[in-house]
Amino acid sequence: MRMAEAWRVALDALRANRLRSALTMLGVIIGVASVVILVAIGTGTKQKVEQQVEGLGSNLLLVVPGKIEVGTAPVVSPLTLNDVDAVSRVVGDPGRVAVTVASGATARAGNRSDFTTVQGVLETTPTVFTRSLARGRYLTGADVDTSRRVAVLGAGVARALFPDRDPLGQQVALAGVRFRVIGVFTSLGQSLGVDRDDEVHVPVTAAQRLWGTQRVDGIAVKAPDRERIGELGDRIVAELTRRHPDTEFSAVTQQQILGVLGDILGVLTGVLAAIAGISLLVGGVGVSNIMLVSVRERTREIGLRKAVGARPRDIGVQFLLEAVLLTSIGGLTGMALGVGTALLVDAVSPIPAAITWWSLALAFGVSAAVGIVFGVVPAQRAGRLDPVVALRAE
Amino acid sequence: MSGRSEPVLRAPKTGSVTPPGVPAIEAVDVSRTYQLDGVSVPALRGVSLTIAPGDYVAVVGPSGSGKSTLMHLLGGLDQPTGGRLVIGGRDVGSLSAPELATLRNETIGFVFQAFHLLPRTSAVDNVALPLVYRGIGARQRRERAAAVLGRVGLGHRLHHRPNQLSGGEQQRVAIARALVTDPAVLLADEPTGNLDTATGEAVLELLEQLNAESGVALVMVTHDHEVAARAGRRIAVRDGLIRSDTVHDRPASDGGDGPETLDAAPSAEPRSASGSGPGHPSGGSGGATGATGRLPREDAR
Ligand SMILES: Nc1ncnc2c1ncn2[C@@H]1O[C@H](COP(=O)(O)OP(=O)(O)OP(=O)(O)O)[C@@H](O)[C@H]1O
Ligand SMILES: [Mg+2]
Repeated sequence: MRMAEAWRVALDALRANRLRSALTMLGVIIGVASVVILVAIGTGTKQKVEQQVEGLGSNLLLVVPGKIEVGTAPVVSPLTLNDVDAVSRVVGDPGRVAVTVASGATARAGNRSDFTTVQGVLETTPTVFTRSLARGRYLTGADVDTSRRVAVLGAGVARALFPDRDPLGQQVALAGVRFRVIGVFTSLGQSLGVDRDDEVHVPVTAAQRLWGTQRVDGIAVKAPDRERIGELGDRIVAELTRRHPDTEFSAVTQQQILGVLGDILGVLTGVLAAIAGISLLVGGVGVSNIMLVSVRERTREIGLRKAVGARPRDIGVQFLLEAVLLTSIGGLTGMALGVGTALLVDAVSPIPAAITWWSLALAFGVSAAVGIVFGVVPAQRAGRLDPVVALRAE
Repeated sequence: MSGRSEPVLRAPKTGSVTPPGVPAIEAVDVSRTYQLDGVSVPALRGVSLTIAPGDYVAVVGPSGSGKSTLMHLLGGLDQPTGGRLVIGGRDVGSLSAPELATLRNETIGFVFQAFHLLPRTSAVDNVALPLVYRGIGARQRRERAAAVLGRVGLGHRLHHRPNQLSGGEQQRVAIARALVTDPAVLLADEPTGNLDTATGEAVLELLEQLNAESGVALVMVTHDHEVAARAGRRIAVRDGLIRSDTVHDRPASDGGDGPETLDAAPSAEPRSASGSGPGHPSGGSGGATGATGRLPREDAR
């Protein structure tokens, strides 16, 4: 039998039982659609996270005490501003080194208040990280040196405390101590699930005095060139380890952060896709079931076809194609449904979703394969039927 | 109707048809035993016969005697459990399932009591079905199917579905399907069993006419002794054995049916007579069953 003919026969058989074919396909449609949607959401999230990490600035090297690994407890930092000076000497340019000592605090202005993150920083922060101001000016070296009580507000904090006033020149109480607002950041929005407009920058010296500590939580370095970023990290870690022999330090690059985040999101996407894949499997079992019913129903047709010259293979191929057609049409429909839903989710919800060609190719390939795997047994059974017995069937 | 399609049926036969003198089907001491829950049920117990090209053979016998089993074997739909069966020059015992399927497609045309037409499929596509398994293109298939449908008097019913046809018409479609491959042998198992007398008679006449005109051998199971008497040869089966295999002149009353039958009769008879002839020496090996299998002995019952 010619292949084109076999396809036509299979299609006719599906058409003859439209409702049953559609219901059988439904299992495959739901399976494929959920695979496509979940992979799209996983991919979209990963892309967005990558964009945001890259948006932090380029050639970044983050130096923190402890190991950067999932599952390790944070370490209380032994770093002080003296260590920062030492790192600056290793880097050779203090302008490329930023620090942070951060803590949650209530910011108050008049009768309004907002719980926010107060970050003690150096004047280098806007250079090391990519930050820009909407109004006013940033901290200066003099502000840091003299522990001046001045503050730069995140856009969200400014909105919350001064909804109807210009915040510049106004007083804010941070943990009960008054600071003067000298600038407001450009809005950044969400990043890695954190509201990046919800922060206040003050000189690191003022912050340390506020909390009565000498501590610095972490150091960020903007490396002069990309190629030697690893080597620079090693030198910084070596210097810090020399100064604090009891503590381990880690220097991570953006690439490493991206790698770790990508791995986590990749595993997450895989798990979600596998769960969705189970529904595809259930759909496949449904196809197998219906094909067995179909073979039984059409036993006399099989007998007749054999009587007029159909070989076992011709019959087997006919039923296998029927199963493959069932799952392929279901797969295509599921893909369309999945793509549509993913685009809708991306457009109307904060969840990002991105369609990749490989996920579509995979979904279609898997649905066709499901048809083959779950169609083989019914097809073989049909092909092996004894024509005499088949012709006598009721 | 016949003017258009005659060339199709009279066209020089393909390789499927055995040359005159060589049997289309030869069975030597053929048996078929079914296994039913561990019990052996012998449906045929050693049967020898020869079908020559152009033969018209009626197979008679009581219910359960093994007539259908014999037809299935002669058509290569089933394989014997003993003996030697040669269809179209090929020993069935040595053939695989696909080879047997191809042999059926090329050599045999089946007509069943229950028609066995595909529902939801037009008459022309039902008739064209055997050609599908020859890899012939859709257009050519339809052309040939339409021509054969014309030959059986259904040129005006090409696109009707089985449920839009009368029983007689459905059986004509089935006959056209059996003929579309130009088979050497037409095997009809009670072809009129599901039809009323008048319709059955018309179908019978069609089969006889096709046998006479195109030279296709016709082997037909029937319960009707008048019908059996019209055949040039009569095989009586009982208890899985051939009780008699007799060649006789057709009754004169047959001449009234039409000039075609009369024209064909002289050519058909010698062939059937010579056809059973060569069968005898080869059947000699099955000594025990030979007496029942080949002697042209009238079985009075
Ligand atoms: N698949 C089978 N399994 C077991 N026994 C079978 C099978 N097919 C047929 N038989 C037995 O073989 C014998 C012959 O059956 P067959 O159908 O050939 O009879 P028949 O002469 O065609 O009868 P009828 O005139 O009623 O059609 C019967 O006894 C039947 O019960
Ligand atoms: Mg029978």
